[in-house]
Amino acid sequence: MSMNVVEPHAKPQRPFALYGVDLASRLLLGTAQYPSPDVLARAVEASGASIVTVSLRREQARGRKGERFLELIEATGARVLPNTAGCRTAKEAITTAHMAREVFGTDWVKLEVIANDDTLQPEIFGLVEAATALTQDGFKVLPYTTEDLSIAERLLAVGCEVLMPWGSPIGSGRGLANRYALQSLRAYFPDVPLIIDAGIGAPSHAADAMEMGYDAVLINTAVAKAGAPVPMAAAFAQAIEAGRAAFEAGLMGARDMASPSTPVAGTPFFDLPPPDSKPGND
Amino acid sequence: MRSPKLTTDDTKLVTSLSIIVVGAGVLGLWQALTLARLGYRVRLVEASAEPFAGAASLYGGVMLATDREAKSYPLIFRRLGREGMTLWRAACPDLSCSGGLVVASARDRSDLERFARDTQGHETLDATKLAHLEPELAGRFASALYFADEAHMAAPAAMKFLLDEARGAGSDVSFGVSVPPEDADTIIDCRGLAARDALANLRGVRGERLIVRSREVTLRRPIQLLHPRHSLYVVPWGDGRYMIGATVIETEDDGPVTVRSALELLGGAYALHSGFAEAEILEIGAGVRPAFPDNMPRVIVRDGGRHIFVNGAYRNGYLLAPVLAKAVAEYLESGARANALVEVV
Repeated sequence: MSMNVVEPHAKPQRPFALYGVDLASRLLLGTAQYPSPDVLARAVEASGASIVTVSLRREQARGRKGERFLELIEATGARVLPNTAGCRTAKEAITTAHMAREVFGTDWVKLEVIANDDTLQPEIFGLVEAATALTQDGFKVLPYTTEDLSIAERLLAVGCEVLMPWGSPIGSGRGLANRYALQSLRAYFPDVPLIIDAGIGAPSHAADAMEMGYDAVLINTAVAKAGAPVPMAAAFAQAIEAGRAAFEAGLMGARDMASPSTPVAGTPFFDLPPPDSKPGND
Repeated sequence: MRSPKLTTDDTKLVTSLSIIVVGAGVLGLWQALTLARLGYRVRLVEASAEPFAGAASLYGGVMLATDREAKSYPLIFRRLGREGMTLWRAACPDLSCSGGLVVASARDRSDLERFARDTQGHETLDATKLAHLEPELAGRFASALYFADEAHMAAPAAMKFLLDEARGAGSDVSFGVSVPPEDADTIIDCRGLAARDALANLRGVRGERLIVRSREVTLRRPIQLLHPRHSLYVVPWGDGRYMIGATVIETEDDGPVTVRSALELLGGAYALHSGFAEAEILEIGAGVRPAFPDNMPRVIVRDGGRHIFVNGAYRNGYLLAPVLAKAVAEYLESGARANALVEVV
C-alpha cells in the first residue's frame, strides 16, 4: 500500500444480470399505449432497452394466427418479457403465464396479480401463491410487488431471484412514493436485483431510483404518453445512466447546514452571533 | 410504368379505362363512387353475399373527428383529416354536423387537462355551457372539451348511402364474388385485412363495440369519456340507438366479445349517463381494423399501375376513405407521385 495514492471510494461496478443473463441496459420498457407500433419500435431503439415487457391479453393467445403486433415487438431485438397484467387471482396469472410461455417461447414472466382496479396495487397473497407455483414449474419469475419487506422475503424464499417493487401506483407518474421503505429494501437485500416497476413519471424519478442503488427501472406510461415518446425514451436512458453512475461514484450525502466549497480561512469567527444579540448578564 | 393509354390527352380514352374495385367496405365504396363519377368504368365486387357483412367498417362509430384524433398520428394526419371532412360534407347531406364532446370524471380531471393540451380546435366548456349544449350531461361533469368542427353518422346508414351513391354514379356492384375477376385495366384492392397475404406490414387491431337502444338517454353528439385505462365513445345513431365503443386490442382475433370488454364498455356508458342502465342491448360484436406500423393508410401501386392496394386505414376508415379515393383518382389521371399517401413500388 502506498501512502501517496488516495483510494477512491467508488463502489465496485457490478454488471446488471437477471437469472444469470447479463443485460446491457438498466432500462426496461413497457409496450402498451403507444400511438403506433412504429413509434413504439423507435422508442425502444432510443431507450436502448434490453428488455421489453408485453402484456398478453387472452384474446391474443386464442388462435395466434400470425399476430403481427407480436412479430413487430419481437423485431425490436429486445428480450421479450411477457407480463400477466390485469390478472386478479393467482389462477388467472398462472394461466396467462403458461400461455405467454407458449406464445413467446420464454420461461421469464413478469408476474402481476392485481388487487384493485383503482390503485392497481399488487395482491400480495395471490402474488406469493402464483410465484410459488410458477417457479416450481420452471418459470423465472419477476414479481411486481410492494416495498414490503416481509413479502419480499417470501418471494425470495419461493425462488424469485429478482424483485420489482412499485415506486407508486401503475400509471400514476408520482415517482418514489415511499423513499424510506425503498431505501430499507435496498439496504436489506444488497445482492438481490431490485427493479422499480411502476409509478415513474419523469426522468428525474428514474435517476432518483438509480441513485438509491436500484439495479434498473421499468417504464411504460411516462414514455408512451409523452408528447413525443421517442425523445422521452432517450431522456430516460440518459437519466438512468446518470443515476447509476452517480450511485457507483458515491453520493456525498445530504447535510443540514451549508458547507462552503471554498476554504473560509481568515474568517475565524464567522459563526459567532452579532454582539447586540448576546444575552445580557446584568 | 403507367399504361400508355393514360398518357394520352384524349379524354375519351382516359375515361374508357376499366377498373375493378375489390372489397365493398368503406374504402372500396368511396373508391367506386369517386372513380365512377369521374367517368371510369367501375365494377365493385365483394366476397360476402350480404352487403357489408364482412366489413370492419360496419363496426365503426363514424365519428369524423380530425382534431381529436390528430395527436396520435404523424403531422400530415390533420391536413388529410380536414380534407376528408370537406369531402364528406360535400357528398353527404345526412351527416350530423353537431360537433363532439370530451369529458372525464372528477378524479380523472388531469387526463382532460392533458387531452386539452395535446389537441387543437376545441373550446373548454364549464358546467353551465355544457348543460346548455348537452342538457342531459348537466350536473354530471364539471367541464368538457367541445370540438365544434366534427360530424357523425350511423355506420349502416353511411355504408348504405355510399353503396347507393356508387351505384347511382354508374358502378356495377356485385356481392358474393369470392374470386374477383381480373379483366380490367386496373385492379384496386380494398379488401382490408384479407389483403394481408399481399401486404407484409399489415396487421389487424381488434375493436369491440355494442349497440344499445335507450328511451331515456338523449344525446345529440358523440361523447368521449376519458379514463386512464380505456377511453370510451358513445355515438348517437338516431332513433334512440347508441354505438358504444370501442376497444383497441392488438390482436387479429375476431372472435366473440369477452365479458371483460363488455363490462368495460357498459360500465363506461353507465358512468357517462346512468340512464343507460335501462337501455336494451341490440348488438354486440368485434371487428378487426387493418393497420400499417405507423397506423396511417397507404395507396400502394404495383405492376406499373395495374394493381393498386388501398389499405391500413385503422380507426380512420370513414374519415380518410374519400381522401384515399381522391389520391387514387389523381394517380390514375396524372400519375402524380407527389401525394404522400401514394407509394409506387
